[in-house]
Amino acid sequence: MDVALIVFILAATFKILLFPAYKSTDFEVHRNWLAITHSLPVSQWYYEATSEWTLDYPPFFAWFEAILSQVAGLIDPTIVNINNLYYNNFTVVWFQRSTVIITELALCYAIMEYCRVREGFTRGQTQVMKFVLSFQLLANFGLVIIDHIHFQYNGFLFGVLLLSITRIIEGRHLEGAIWFSILLNLKHIFLYISPAYFIYLLKHYCFTKSDDQHKKVETPLLRQFRVDRFLLLGTLILTVFILSFGPFVTMGQLGQVLSRLFPFKRGLCHAYWAPNFWALYNVIDKTLAIIATRLGYTLSITGSMTSGLVGEMSHQVLPSVPPIVTLILTLLTMIPPLLKLWFSKSSSQDFIKVIVLCAYSSFLFGWHVHEKAVLMITIPMSLLALEDKKFTRIYLLLSAIGHISLFPLLYTAAETLIKVCLYALFTISSFFALPMLTLDNAKEDKKKTSKPNPTRSWLLSFPALTTTDSLLLSIVLLFQIFCLCGSFVKFPFLPLLLTSVTCSVGIHWTWIMTLYTYLFN
Amino acid sequence: MARGTEYSFLPKLSSKREVFGLGACLCLIAILLRLGVALHPYSGAGTPPMFGDFEAQRHWMEITYHLSPSEWYFNTSNNNLSYWGLDYPPLTAYHSWICGAIAHSINPDWVSLHHSHGLEDYYHKLFMRYTVLVADILIYFPAIFVFVFGVYRSLSLEDKLSTAFIILVTPSLLVIDHGHFQYNSISLGLAVWAVLASCTRHNLLSCIFFSLSLNYKQMELYHSLPFFFFLLGKALQQREARLAMRSCQVNIKFNFFRYLTIIKYGLCVIATFLICWLPFLSSISSIQQVLHRLFPFSRGLYEDKVANFWCSLSVLIKLKLLLSRGVLLQLCFWTTILSIVPSAINLLFYPTPYRFLHSLVNSALSFFLFSFQVHEKSILLAVIPVSLLAVVHPFVSTWFILVATFSMYPLLVKDGLVLPTWSLSLFFFLSSYLFLPRLSYKMHNQDRRINLLFYVSMGLFFALCISSHFVTPPARLPDLFPVLISGFSCLHFLGFLVWFNYMQFMPQQIGHTYQKYFRLVHNKPHEN
Repeated sequence: MDVALIVFILAATFKILLFPAYKSTDFEVHRNWLAITHSLPVSQWYYEATSEWTLDYPPFFAWFEAILSQVAGLIDPTIVNINNLYYNNFTVVWFQRSTVIITELALCYAIMEYCRVREGFTRGQTQVMKFVLSFQLLANFGLVIIDHIHFQYNGFLFGVLLLSITRIIEGRHLEGAIWFSILLNLKHIFLYISPAYFIYLLKHYCFTKSDDQHKKVETPLLRQFRVDRFLLLGTLILTVFILSFGPFVTMGQLGQVLSRLFPFKRGLCHAYWAPNFWALYNVIDKTLAIIATRLGYTLSITGSMTSGLVGEMSHQVLPSVPPIVTLILTLLTMIPPLLKLWFSKSSSQDFIKVIVLCAYSSFLFGWHVHEKAVLMITIPMSLLALEDKKFTRIYLLLSAIGHISLFPLLYTAAETLIKVCLYALFTISSFFALPMLTLDNAKEDKKKTSKPNPTRSWLLSFPALTTTDSLLLSIVLLFQIFCLCGSFVKFPFLPLLLTSVTCSVGIHWTWIMTLYTYLFN
Repeated sequence: MARGTEYSFLPKLSSKREVFGLGACLCLIAILLRLGVALHPYSGAGTPPMFGDFEAQRHWMEITYHLSPSEWYFNTSNNNLSYWGLDYPPLTAYHSWICGAIAHSINPDWVSLHHSHGLEDYYHKLFMRYTVLVADILIYFPAIFVFVFGVYRSLSLEDKLSTAFIILVTPSLLVIDHGHFQYNSISLGLAVWAVLASCTRHNLLSCIFFSLSLNYKQMELYHSLPFFFFLLGKALQQREARLAMRSCQVNIKFNFFRYLTIIKYGLCVIATFLICWLPFLSSISSIQQVLHRLFPFSRGLYEDKVANFWCSLSVLIKLKLLLSRGVLLQLCFWTTILSIVPSAINLLFYPTPYRFLHSLVNSALSFFLFSFQVHEKSILLAVIPVSLLAVVHPFVSTWFILVATFSMYPLLVKDGLVLPTWSLSLFFFLSSYLFLPRLSYKMHNQDRRINLLFYVSMGLFFALCISSHFVTPPARLPDLFPVLISGFSCLHFLGFLVWFNYMQFMPQQIGHTYQKYFRLVHNKPHEN
């Protein structure tokens, strides 16, 4: 049996144990979508509003739900009854939870493919690398928390993403592009990373150097452009989109579908602030407001930011942020890595790096970002962490901090210890396994050159991290312990605020390191 | 030693830090599995008026916290013994008292006298689950780690860790303790400490630990005979006596010292018992009442469908109807004794850790199969020594542990623990195959027919268990599937009893390489 499959089964046995665990409203959201896609004609999918949890994923995901609903209808017809809101018996839990596990096989398959492709780069440690990668993804703290407790289908979606990355690395660009466009039509959040795909495919598929490599003279850029390839790629991607959105366009529902997909009525930040730039912005605003009131100024607007409602939120001292600013900031921060990808001789690893950087930009500066989107950064970066020791360091820090920021997703008592233990397991195993893979050479170097530094205290010396990193991680962890153990009757939002702000600082730090490593190495 | 070569995917450990990391990860996985099972229902959830073992334990906390020890075992106006009266020995009662005090300090409603009967509360369930987890981590986890590191010293570090891990994820114990709800990890953990102590020559400690274990749960009597004969055998051996003489600087050829050791052991046991029973020693009648609560011979030959010899025989002959209770008791007594005697006598003459561990299995299995009033859960007493032998007999141990889990299937279905049972069994089998030293090697190299037998047995269990959900039995035989499952398990257990007896008598069968595990513990070149 394949190692990835074994890890999949072992992880699945644990995930089965989580069936009766807490589930968020996303569970009901997905059940409602099963009902919508099963009992209504396609033309009504994006209009149906019996439940407040309307369909707001792209058409392919609706079709995916439609397929699942066929099975669900056979098992228990009440699951797919549209008026059966908040249906919560054992059958529906069992059914929906097991579909998450089964569809995760896509991820398992993608891991096998990825490892097959990268076989030559692993210094003869293919099996070990496969095991570590499988563990990193199939027992990923974020995925287990979000998919198997909170309830979503991210494992499946990231499987498609990984498959598309694999195909592109392999040189099967067209297949990669098709998989990615399918992915975009499954969940549009992956638009975050589409610039990386666009530039990479344009450069490596649509522009080709002449066959004669030895020629010293560079062929002019326009000569390299292959119109046939460009058209082929464009047609294929367009076909996928037509398959997805075509029926709705012909029914004249495109506007309605898009309004469901991009609800700009929501505020700058989610109820719980994702640990991004705007979390810091909010906190600075709040601090300034407090200082201002202490100094005797009266502030015109008295908006409450911590009320925890999704909606417009106004800043008191700093200027309020319109959506366009977030968009501009996101694009601006994406441009340097994209330019480097375009102009430098880039390898397939650089492609993944740019994906990571695009995800970073969108996560840090985007409008209404969910904390769950941090997985878009961690999961592609785990591929880099397996092979590049610089990224091992960044990834370890990022995953340790980023996963802490997911803690507020689960707030129920029974899951608290599970989440802490799972986090400890995942983080400890990453800190031990990843350096073993990548730092082999480093170890030998160390033996030759330097002695272990005696001034570093034991507490601050996480494997593979520098002192600054360790200090940062320790602070985040200490704050989190404080949040978990303290009682906050007076300030119920304080733990969320602390988690968000400390993690935000950490994620910015890893972003700067990633950007620096990519641009200047 | 040789893991199946195809699965050499674990990173090589090079530093102490990495070993520590691996150990921490394995412990965390074991804890996570427990936490996962704990999410599922407990026995008797939502079934008034009597509920189940969960309510029993909660009720004991209520009783012990609010009443004085003199009332604990007596039927009084505050203590209705017919509603889950305390029927475990004093240590359980003290443990309940401590938990009750903690529960009271968190939320007095959880253990309020009379009013809390049948309490079902989200946070209370969590509290109860955590009490089991804490006991497990404090007693059972260290016991297993110290056992593996202390007894199997010649294994490599990775193998020690993975063996400990396999023992820690034994599905039957997890499902019963953290799902069904009991505190077996305490009594079994104490028993493992006792086994460990006696295997590493700390005999007095062993006496104390075993007495404690016996005082936590009287079921530990299943293990008492091997302990008795092992310690007696060691004491009777010349070498032990000579050691005692040397320490006294006396050099006389007089066997007084060997009897002195025996007396020392006896005193140790008696002292431990006296301390545990102190509050109940006020009068003879009080002692009698406690004993009467602990050994209720007024109950039947067996309860429910248990994979026991008598229960399985009842399909053919209804002994319950043919014989009177007195005759039945005698029959049970003599068959049990008869099936234990060979193993016990063998242990008396060759008191080596190897035979001791096998004798523990044999004794527990004999009691389980032939004694009076047996519960399904009592198979745990055999499961633990078998899992301790997992390194020596990787294949048979895995098989045994899986069969033991399935033998409790009807009970687990009743508790709503079907999913955890399957997933933990699968997890256990796969991880044994991957991590248990030698298992994959053995399964690749042994006779194909034996593997086939294993798969056929597992397949039949699978078919039986699955069809018990989907096939409605004929109206004439409503208990068809429970009976089939217990009968089939009973057949297995009989086979295992014979096999473990054979292995106890023929230690050379396991091969020279693996005999050294035990030789290192027991420096004397006495046999294996």
